[in-house]
Amino acid sequence: MTTDTLIKITDLRQKQPRFRGLEAGHRACLGCGEALAARLVTEAAGPDVMIANATGCLEIFTTPWPESAWRVPWMHSLFENAGAIAAGMESALKAQGKSTKVLAFGGDGGTFDIGFQALSGMLERGHNVLYVCFDNEAYMNTGIQRSSSTPHAAMTTTSPPGKERMGKRHLKKDIVSIVAAHHIPYAATSSVAYPSDIRKKIRRAMAIDGPTFLQIHCPCPLGWGHEGDESIEIARLAVQTGLFPLVELERGGLAGVMPIRHPKPVQDYLRRQQRFRHLFVDDLRAQQELAHIQAIADHNIEIYDLAGTGRNAQDSEGMSLVRRGGDRWA
Amino acid sequence: MLEIRIHGRGGQGNVVAAYLLAAAAFEVQRYGQAFPNFGAERRGAPVVAFVRIADQPIRRRNQVLTPAFLIIQDQALLHVPGVLDGLLPGGGVLVNSNLSSAELSANAGRALVGLPASALAKEILGKPVPNTALLAGFLALSGILPVDALNRALTHRFKGDVLERNLRLVETVTSRVPAGLWATTQEVADVTGA
Amino acid sequence: MLQALEGSQAVARAVALCRPQVVSAYPITPQTHIVENIAKLVADGQFKCEFVSVESEFSAASVALGAAMAGVRAYTASASQGILLMAEVLYNIAGMRVPLVMTCANRAVSAPLSIWNDQQDSMAVRDAGWIQLYCADNQEAVDTTMQAYLIAERTELPVMVCMDGFTLTHTLEVIDIPDQAQVDEFLPPYQFARTLDPRNPISIGTLISPDYYSEARHSHHQALLNAQAEIIAVDNAWAALTGRSSGGLLTIEGPAEATVAILVLGSVLGTLQASLDEYPPAIPVKLIKLRAFRPFPAAALRAACAGLTDIIVLERALSPGSGGIVGLEVLAALSSVSAPPRLYNFAVGLGGRDIPLDIVSRLLAALETPEDRTFRIIDVDITRLPVEDR
Repeated sequence: MTTDTLIKITDLRQKQPRFRGLEAGHRACLGCGEALAARLVTEAAGPDVMIANATGCLEIFTTPWPESAWRVPWMHSLFENAGAIAAGMESALKAQGKSTKVLAFGGDGGTFDIGFQALSGMLERGHNVLYVCFDNEAYMNTGIQRSSSTPHAAMTTTSPPGKERMGKRHLKKDIVSIVAAHHIPYAATSSVAYPSDIRKKIRRAMAIDGPTFLQIHCPCPLGWGHEGDESIEIARLAVQTGLFPLVELERGGLAGVMPIRHPKPVQDYLRRQQRFRHLFVDDLRAQQELAHIQAIADHNIEIYDLAGTGRNAQDSEGMSLVRRGGDRWA
Repeated sequence: MLEIRIHGRGGQGNVVAAYLLAAAAFEVQRYGQAFPNFGAERRGAPVVAFVRIADQPIRRRNQVLTPAFLIIQDQALLHVPGVLDGLLPGGGVLVNSNLSSAELSANAGRALVGLPASALAKEILGKPVPNTALLAGFLALSGILPVDALNRALTHRFKGDVLERNLRLVETVTSRVPAGLWATTQEVADVTGA
Repeated sequence: MLQALEGSQAVARAVALCRPQVVSAYPITPQTHIVENIAKLVADGQFKCEFVSVESEFSAASVALGAAMAGVRAYTASASQGILLMAEVLYNIAGMRVPLVMTCANRAVSAPLSIWNDQQDSMAVRDAGWIQLYCADNQEAVDTTMQAYLIAERTELPVMVCMDGFTLTHTLEVIDIPDQAQVDEFLPPYQFARTLDPRNPISIGTLISPDYYSEARHSHHQALLNAQAEIIAVDNAWAALTGRSSGGLLTIEGPAEATVAILVLGSVLGTLQASLDEYPPAIPVKLIKLRAFRPFPAAALRAACAGLTDIIVLERALSPGSGGIVGLEVLAALSSVSAPPRLYNFAVGLGGRDIPLDIVSRLLAALETPEDRTFRIIDVDITRLPVEDR
């Protein structure tokens, strides 16, 4: 190819009709899963939105005053009230007869823990809000403390392994089931390793008039203990082991899953992250924990029928993406 | 200024009674003030409400310690210490009771007027909520406001069948109660002449 | 129109007249009748708004904030525990300079648990950056609600309308409810420059580094100080329209020759007025009603206290381990005056204890021992205290 041709392709890329709700230049870490997820979400949601963002990494690294990376109307109030702020925005827009969609953004801490009540209230009252939880499995902004989303046996600063402990004692809270139990029209999980999946699910939720919820698995290189350029691969392994199932629920009933073509053993995922390194020593407890975690993965595969025997067996791990030949942004 | 204290139990419409009385005063262009003093918020708990009626704006907001009249919505409350405290000399006491005034007075050692308000309410309203009946009886006895003022106040608060029954109850009571029995008492009690 | 209404009912109507489009509500005694009455007005089609029954006071304030940011006038009400639970949001709202109005139905704060009236709740959030206006009766509660929205939208400062719980909220009295035309003339449609709008996106509520923080705080403090003029102007405008003033920043009444004054906030004023009229004390006494507590009207207070030898501050809250709250601020305001009056500071009626008419004589008795002006709770029953606390 000549230089002219290369330049033209670049021009075309610039002209692609992709809405950028989150601009470049923010202060996120290298390889931050949450930053990628937020960009994908705002791209798919379009410009006619209003965001209520809970306290956490996302609002901190996107708005170093006097700069902001957001190109849509955006508000940060407090840690525990994204659901309630969004409900207030939605009520106001409804009173004014406006079409603008309200998005609520929260990390796992602000969604599973401190913001749980406000989320539940918003869902129960049926507000037309799309709540996106950027799940990096700990309170990362404050320095990697455990939340109820932290997976079992993971190390955080408040669940360190030692003589008496093997990391977090408790299981990861099953937030999507709890949310789905509010019988909302749509609740789903996704992962930054599957950008088309995120886009599809956001578009689905945007089109629904009522409460919708999307939990996006976002690796945190600093908190999970891996390099920034491994984020996507590690996110994919979480899905492929069955530890982070990609599912869709409508009114509390399972409506769709992304099947796993060849389920991988949980070790493949766990050994890549420093937060699980205490499970890879010669220790009976470590072996027991590994077996336990494998059992969790196997259980997920079973209850959600992720082994590809259902109707969508061919569409495992975004295979439709592969068949269409590479990245597709439209 | 006249001060009235109403003693009752939660669920007997104690606060509504006080509000109706004050509202009735307003119906005849007088000033009324009414407020409750809750104990615990549940059925059966003792409650007290206070009413003031005057021809000038009422500014004080302290509890009524020296009432000119007492309305006791539940006879059993007569045994509660303090219920009759502070009553001005010659002050009238109306008690919701199936006993006769003579019997009530003999038992209590002081002049009490009895009215079977719950029974009448049960008959006419369908529920033994004594407040309307007691208010009607009270106004008939004391003459401090025309009974029609109470009727007008009821009209603002209730409608349809409920209103109709309450109005009928008022009429029934006023026809039974000796009108103006406490009229002289009122002059004695009207201390400030306000 | 004059009506015999329960205070809460009157406030609910006042709120409806201001045409908020979002009302968020979480029940707590003694505010419940306000939100219940609003719900009834909505259900009967007499008031059109989005009525959001939230799952806690934290969310009540947050929903109101979200609504105000998204372009509509909003309202909520709370008391006591609810005010404290939403305290974080109150700071957030004021710091973002959002023009909200809420009612605080003043109630004591646990522990000990009490559902009855004192002013510990609103005093606890005096530093949140809200304007605080205290109402002496239900007429003022109604009038101040209307005024609050105008003040808030002109100053971009939220306003807390404080009314004594039970004592005012649950008292039925004769109140003049303005008509819709009057209120519409007084209060224009919602105006707020920084609403969220996709056509002109902004980011609000961001982290501020030390390089910028102090300036934001300075501006907030200054805005509150400047709001004093607006509070007076709006009250004057309301008085011109209705013939009723709520007292601006503060009022002073009583015999011109009096050099002793009693200063209060809220409904206890009425009892003191009745007491002074019915049982005039040996020495003439003035009454100072403080309506605005935030901003604290220091200059106006100094002017009102000119010529006084003694001022008795009677308040409905305290700061344990220190003493009075209002008293301390009055003392500070008067400290720059040469020959300020002697200050006596008492708390009374805590947890809803009834304040009797003879309180005045007890207050004036304190003047007999000017050498001992230590703060105390004046209506404590000594016999109910353990010996070591007497």
